[in-house]
Amino acid sequence: MDIARVISKRSSALWAPFLILILLASLPLCAPQYTIILLTTIFMYIVITVSWTMFSGPTGYISLAPAAFFGVGVYTSALLGLVLPLPAIIGIGGLASFCLALFVGALTLRLRGTYFVMFTFGLVELLLHFVLWWEVNITGTTGRVVPTVNNTKVFYFMLIIFVILMFALYTIRGSRFGLALEAIGQNEDAAAHTGVNVTMVKVITFAISAFFMGAAGALMATRWTYIDPKIAFNPLLSFMPVLMAIFGGMGQLYGPIIGAAIFAYLEEFLITRFPYYYMLIFGTIMVIAIVYMPEGLVGLIRRLLKSSTEGRHART
Amino acid sequence: MLQVSDIDTYYGNIQALWGVSLRIDEAEIVALVGANGAGKTTLLNTVSGLLHPASGRIEFCGKRIDGMAAYAIVQLGMSHIPEGRRLFPDMSTRENLQLGAYPRRLWKHKEKTLEEVYKIFPILKEKESQLARTLSGGEQQMVAIGRGLMSMPRLCIIDEPSSGLAPVVVDEIFQIILRLRNEDIGIFLVEQNVQQTLEIADRAYVLENGRITLGGESKELLQQEVIRKAYLGL
Repeated sequence: MDIARVISKRSSALWAPFLILILLASLPLCAPQYTIILLTTIFMYIVITVSWTMFSGPTGYISLAPAAFFGVGVYTSALLGLVLPLPAIIGIGGLASFCLALFVGALTLRLRGTYFVMFTFGLVELLLHFVLWWEVNITGTTGRVVPTVNNTKVFYFMLIIFVILMFALYTIRGSRFGLALEAIGQNEDAAAHTGVNVTMVKVITFAISAFFMGAAGALMATRWTYIDPKIAFNPLLSFMPVLMAIFGGMGQLYGPIIGAAIFAYLEEFLITRFPYYYMLIFGTIMVIAIVYMPEGLVGLIRRLLKSSTEGRHART
Repeated sequence: MLQVSDIDTYYGNIQALWGVSLRIDEAEIVALVGANGAGKTTLLNTVSGLLHPASGRIEFCGKRIDGMAAYAIVQLGMSHIPEGRRLFPDMSTRENLQLGAYPRRLWKHKEKTLEEVYKIFPILKEKESQLARTLSGGEQQMVAIGRGLMSMPRLCIIDEPSSGLAPVVVDEIFQIILRLRNEDIGIFLVEQNVQQTLEIADRAYVLENGRITLGGESKELLQQEVIRKAYLGL
């Protein structure tokens, strides 16, 4: 490989994300409203999936709590929507989830394996029923109205959340903290032996990932005009990021992004075309994906690239 | 340097250590021998803070450490090289070693420390970008010891370094342990290989059913009838 190609390859790796970002940011100028709304949903899934991968990817702790953190964001938005400006609501929604995750993480991250999975899912149900009980018995009304915001504005804010998330993920990956996180996933006891404060590293990462889920929730609530506990704490949102990350492949930074983007679009496409069978088709695709692409799309792409370069070497 | 006084350790309701006392001085190799299930690993884990004693006292470099968390004890200058190596299998040799310098105070100097470790284990420099799980057993043990040295310890606890290794490789590892002692690092060594261990150790303790039953100069222990019968099969 000659030097010119190496350089162009490196700079393209740096510039490609910027170009895509600029392209996305200029979309609202020309694209129809439907596209903007669809893209916002896709980016919501991307944000949730990537922030899920931030913690569960390296550590291997499968968290089913995304719906809980997302829901906390949604409710923050519903409670403060009339009082505060949107950026403040997004920040507070994120912080509320961050604090909840710190608290829950400190309690549960000593648990391993299945116990952790069960507990995180229990958290979703607990919050759902707690809020439901609260609304029925204390406030007397279920559900709340959320002040709506212009679609383009929501899209831009979602894009900003995404950019900050990617920046955070990138910073963690190359750091001492990121190395410790990966070490925990590979051998938690050994990590403790080498002097990593394992509980603290896990809890902080868990909370950072919850921050982004909460922020996304606070923003998305403005799209729904009306919310109730069953919408806010929808358990499906806990499973989706897991499926999307597996579908995309967790080995690379871009895996969960591609996985979430394709899955979110697929969901939209199937719901509009096959409203009655969409879950069935969705499930079938998932099963096929897991059987034939155990390392996700990323693994598939890497295999294809490898075989094509090997083929080229064979010919020359 | 290390003073363990009269500690009892429990697993739930079951008592594993009974009134254990021992001492390790600067730059000294102290061996701990005993049969399987005698409580050797339990004792090491109690010293390094992975378990906490129910009673008794542990002091390290003049500081009381029983009750302290493992990561804090590492920062005081004690490193624990666990049994079975426990590497990070899908990380490179270099990353494995770097993690040994995780405490913030050490992280700044990690490149320099890494060079020092590579001087002791030149083979690891050659294989620094290889994944740990693809290394041979001996090399993996070297990474485990190297990772322990990355925290620039004053005391190194080494649990069963010879397990699963060929005799030639075991000799090599033992030579390295002697070399560490000459660089003023105290060694607390647990081994099944009693003969060889007593030959390189300065002093030794015998642990039986969670109690220290014998202790003293290892040369003298090698001569004792009880040891020769029970552990050397003579």
